[in-house]
Amino acid sequence: MTVLSIAVKELLGLFVDDGSLAIAILAWVGVVAGLAGWLGTGGALAGGLLFAGLVAILVESVLRRAQSR
Amino acid sequence: MDWTHVMPVVSAAFLGSFVEVVEAFTIILAVGTVRGWRPALQGTAAGLGLLAALVVLLGPLFSLIPLHALQLFVGVLLLLFGLRWLRKAILRSAGIIGLHDETKAFDKETAELKGAMAAHAAAADWLAAVTAFKAVVLEGVEVVFIVLAVGAGNGLIVPASLGALAACGLVLLIGVAVHRPLARVPENILKFVVGIMLSAFGTFWVLEGLGGSWPGADVAVLGLAMGYGLVALITVRWIKLQRSASEGARA
Repeated sequence: MTVLSIAVKELLGLFVDDGSLAIAILAWVGVVAGLAGWLGTGGALAGGLLFAGLVAILVESVLRRAQSR
Repeated sequence: MDWTHVMPVVSAAFLGSFVEVVEAFTIILAVGTVRGWRPALQGTAAGLGLLAALVVLLGPLFSLIPLHALQLFVGVLLLLFGLRWLRKAILRSAGIIGLHDETKAFDKETAELKGAMAAHAAAADWLAAVTAFKAVVLEGVEVVFIVLAVGAGNGLIVPASLGALAACGLVLLIGVAVHRPLARVPENILKFVVGIMLSAFGTFWVLEGLGGSWPGADVAVLGLAMGYGLVALITVRWIKLQRSASEGARA
């Protein structure tokens, strides 16, 4: 059980460091997926929206960590 | 073969693997130095065997997943992994958190191993082998993930694997030559670049997985990488300016 819990913890650690960053990324992908049908995924709009949101999430997470120092 | 298609994949796999292999090498070197090369190599071989089994088991599974679902799944994992690396690299570049130091890591691992072996003298070889095994598996799982993630969405697992193998070979060559931790490897710059590339790949695959297509097709990955790189550099600069302004106000 201990070995399994360590393995699961290590595996999660590959993808999750700041929990709120991971949740925000997943939520934003969900939002863009939801909007994709409405916006249309063929053009640059959905891609631009996806990229802009991810950049905003990254910058917010970095600045929040920098200010909490 | 379209090199604009293949090179970003090979580069991401090579650089990402290089960082991880350097970290594993430090621990294996500590084990070899403290207890001898036999348990270090036994642990390493067992770890590599487990990783090979993982690739053999997971590789064919990917071919069973429909392409768009695979691209979305891999894209989301790449975003979680890549943005996490990029965040840490930005914070390190801005001086918010300390840089990873292979010499310190080597000293820490050596001290811990000596302590553990003193407490369990009868099982010293076993402890040493397990330490090497754990290092290879933990760092190697990241290598396996990077290879599968950057290669699976576009059928480029073989070139990505070659990039990772080249990184392993290069670290081994340098490590055998210098016989000490590779402390002069610019780890944070590599992590910065890999974080940018993996985030760009993740963003690309997520939209493709949703059934969309990027203007410029595969070349869009380079545009996304430039965008992430620019934002990351501006953020580092901004934090440094803020810090020097607040330190100036305090002085």
